[in-house]
Amino acid sequence: MDLEFDARYDAFREQVREFLAHNKPGGAIGMAEGRAEHRIQWLSLLIEHGYWARTIPKEYGGYGAEPDLLETVIMDEEFNKAGVPRGMMAQGPSMLVPTLLTHGSEEQRERWIAPTMRGEVMWCQGYSEPGSGSDLASLQTAAREDGDDFLINGQKIWTSGADQSDMCFILVRTEPDAKKHEGISYILLPMDTPGIEVQPLRTMSGDIGDNSFNQVLFSDVRVPKANVVGARGEGWKIANTTLKHERSSLNANAEGTWMRLARLMKKETINGVPAIASPVYRDRLMRLQARALSMKHHGMRMLTCNLKGESSGVAGLIVKLQNCQLSFDMSALAIDVMGELGALYDHTKYERERGYWQAHSMFSLGLIIGGGTAQIQKNIIAERGLGLPREPKPAKA
Amino acid sequence: MDFGLSEDQLLLEQTVRGFLADQVAIERVRDQRQKAGSKSCPNDRAIWSQLAELGIAGIVVPEEQGGSGLGLLDAVIVSQALGHAVTPTPFLATAVMAPTALEAVGGKLAEDWLAGIASGELVVGVAVTELFSVREDAGVRLRPGRQDGKLDGKAIMALDAFGADRLLVALDATTLALVDASAPGLEKTRLLTVDATRCTAELSFDGVDPLAVFEGAGAAIARMLEAGRIALAADTLGACESMVEQAVAYAKDRKQFDRVIGSFQAVKHMCAEMIAEVEPARSLLWYAAHAFDGVPDESPWMSCHALAHIAEIGREIASVSTQVHGGIGWTDEQNLHFWFKRIANARHLLGGPELLRARAADLQGLVPAA
Repeated sequence: MDLEFDARYDAFREQVREFLAHNKPGGAIGMAEGRAEHRIQWLSLLIEHGYWARTIPKEYGGYGAEPDLLETVIMDEEFNKAGVPRGMMAQGPSMLVPTLLTHGSEEQRERWIAPTMRGEVMWCQGYSEPGSGSDLASLQTAAREDGDDFLINGQKIWTSGADQSDMCFILVRTEPDAKKHEGISYILLPMDTPGIEVQPLRTMSGDIGDNSFNQVLFSDVRVPKANVVGARGEGWKIANTTLKHERSSLNANAEGTWMRLARLMKKETINGVPAIASPVYRDRLMRLQARALSMKHHGMRMLTCNLKGESSGVAGLIVKLQNCQLSFDMSALAIDVMGELGALYDHTKYERERGYWQAHSMFSLGLIIGGGTAQIQKNIIAERGLGLPREPKPAKA
Repeated sequence: MDFGLSEDQLLLEQTVRGFLADQVAIERVRDQRQKAGSKSCPNDRAIWSQLAELGIAGIVVPEEQGGSGLGLLDAVIVSQALGHAVTPTPFLATAVMAPTALEAVGGKLAEDWLAGIASGELVVGVAVTELFSVREDAGVRLRPGRQDGKLDGKAIMALDAFGADRLLVALDATTLALVDASAPGLEKTRLLTVDATRCTAELSFDGVDPLAVFEGAGAAIARMLEAGRIALAADTLGACESMVEQAVAYAKDRKQFDRVIGSFQAVKHMCAEMIAEVEPARSLLWYAAHAFDGVPDESPWMSCHALAHIAEIGREIASVSTQVHGGIGWTDEQNLHFWFKRIANARHLLGGPELLRARAADLQGLVPAA
């Protein structure tokens, strides 16, 4: 056990602090909305100093540093402290770019990685379909050959940001006669192609805009065969690389949320007494603190595994399941502490923290389901982590 | 930055678990239950001597007194292994709690005891229950009048005390008495619990002469409780690990409806939920032990959280693992109940979860003045 950072990292931390002191933008940077010029400038500045696209090779528009997890931790800590976004939480940088780096052609990498990292090209993910959720490999959206092109027909759902995206990385069935997992291809599709219709899908939290959800309809959408990533029929394998990136990017800041909850309980009064003075509420707060601390230190343990290049085994597989549920449970206590006022929403009179906790609760519920439901996570934990057998397929009727 | 066990610690874990798997099969635990009955202590003195030879009895005892001088994280590794094998030993009181307090109070007598502990010759029990939970009007008091200094009263649920040679008795949060277990006027009664692998007793004092009384020993007593809580949490977590392993093994073997039951999602998810609790709890436990050794500001409340949290997941895992086994898990013959009961008994020994969480909140300044 050694929880100190090596001395050479102190210098790196100092350098990050200095950068932030000189360059911290005055106004807010809405990292999720639109294609604002100031965001592109900010991301370009970050890339120039190596705080974004740090390990992406120079020839693809990155900074070209060697991967170093502790540097990543330090950058995240310092940017969090300064309240400044370190890059862009979006599906292009977090999911498409790692996929292209592993499976893309030279031409695809040169064309897409740099503008994606600078926020000039926005991406959405075309995976789930109305009939293919947890059983993603059963997807039916078809790509029929037509000369040098494919013609895509079908429907995608849960497509975050489709209405604001330039491009879509989409899974389609190109080999109708192949087996379920072997007939899928991973294709890069411009969203302005004729035949694409984006329909907004309002979520339970009602938040269209930043977290927009959509369904997307495809009717004879023409895309060149050259836009396939990797080989035809390898889309499932390639998508699994991307899914891994999605799950590992769900690293909730449980301790930060817990502290916010504790602050609320000190401030919020019931019959003139702060909620935290109630032994009943306080006991719930303490139970959550133990869970938040567990996940915090578990994160350190996972980080150590990564640093050593060791597999974290079953200990790594439980992270998404636990963090999402913990996040939901923390907002549940916050809402209970606010009592009858806890349901106020949409900037109504007496609403607390601009409705943060209701939104947080519903968003957490979405995370429990999205990116592999809690039940799918439990299957993965049991099968890959504990070696329990897969469910046998039912006999064909 | 390295959050995890060192090479030496992994080796220690391997050595102790290997020894216990070899020497303390569950049949031996069953025999020990039979031999001890209700009148004597179930702690296995023969195994304890062998563990002492491995350096386990003196694991946290300073090297000057013949111990290994290791940290609490090392003791946690051993405690986890003992819980995993449901081994009846006085490790908690003798090898963790007593040495922590004795080293803190210091002096010739304490050093003699420490040397005896490290060699495996001395088993020391501790009586601390009344510090956090007084029931049955228990409590041990110094007879008024300074010159006299005899002890009266009783202590209940004293740990590893029935078969002990020496006793550490907390009179209050700042006063610690060292007592010879065969002193005249002292009566020991075994308090039989559901757990046949841990020794708890009542100590009745009727004018007992202590060997020494340390006043102003608040820090020693507090550290002893912190270390004990973390080590007890480790014992429960080790027992949980074994229960998950046994459930998974059974689910891979047992067939119903022409399938192994582990292929049913209902059973699979029970196993997944158990391991999803065990793994982060291990991270919390490691940090709590690290805090005890190196972050003393956090240790008082972190130790409360570790024990409370692991007691909570322990109760759930003990129940779910038994359910995965179905009817056979409920029988005496299957032996699973030894783990179930070890977890159940440990839940309240150094403060139950509600009490510990209240304490953790208080220690962090989260309880507003009325």
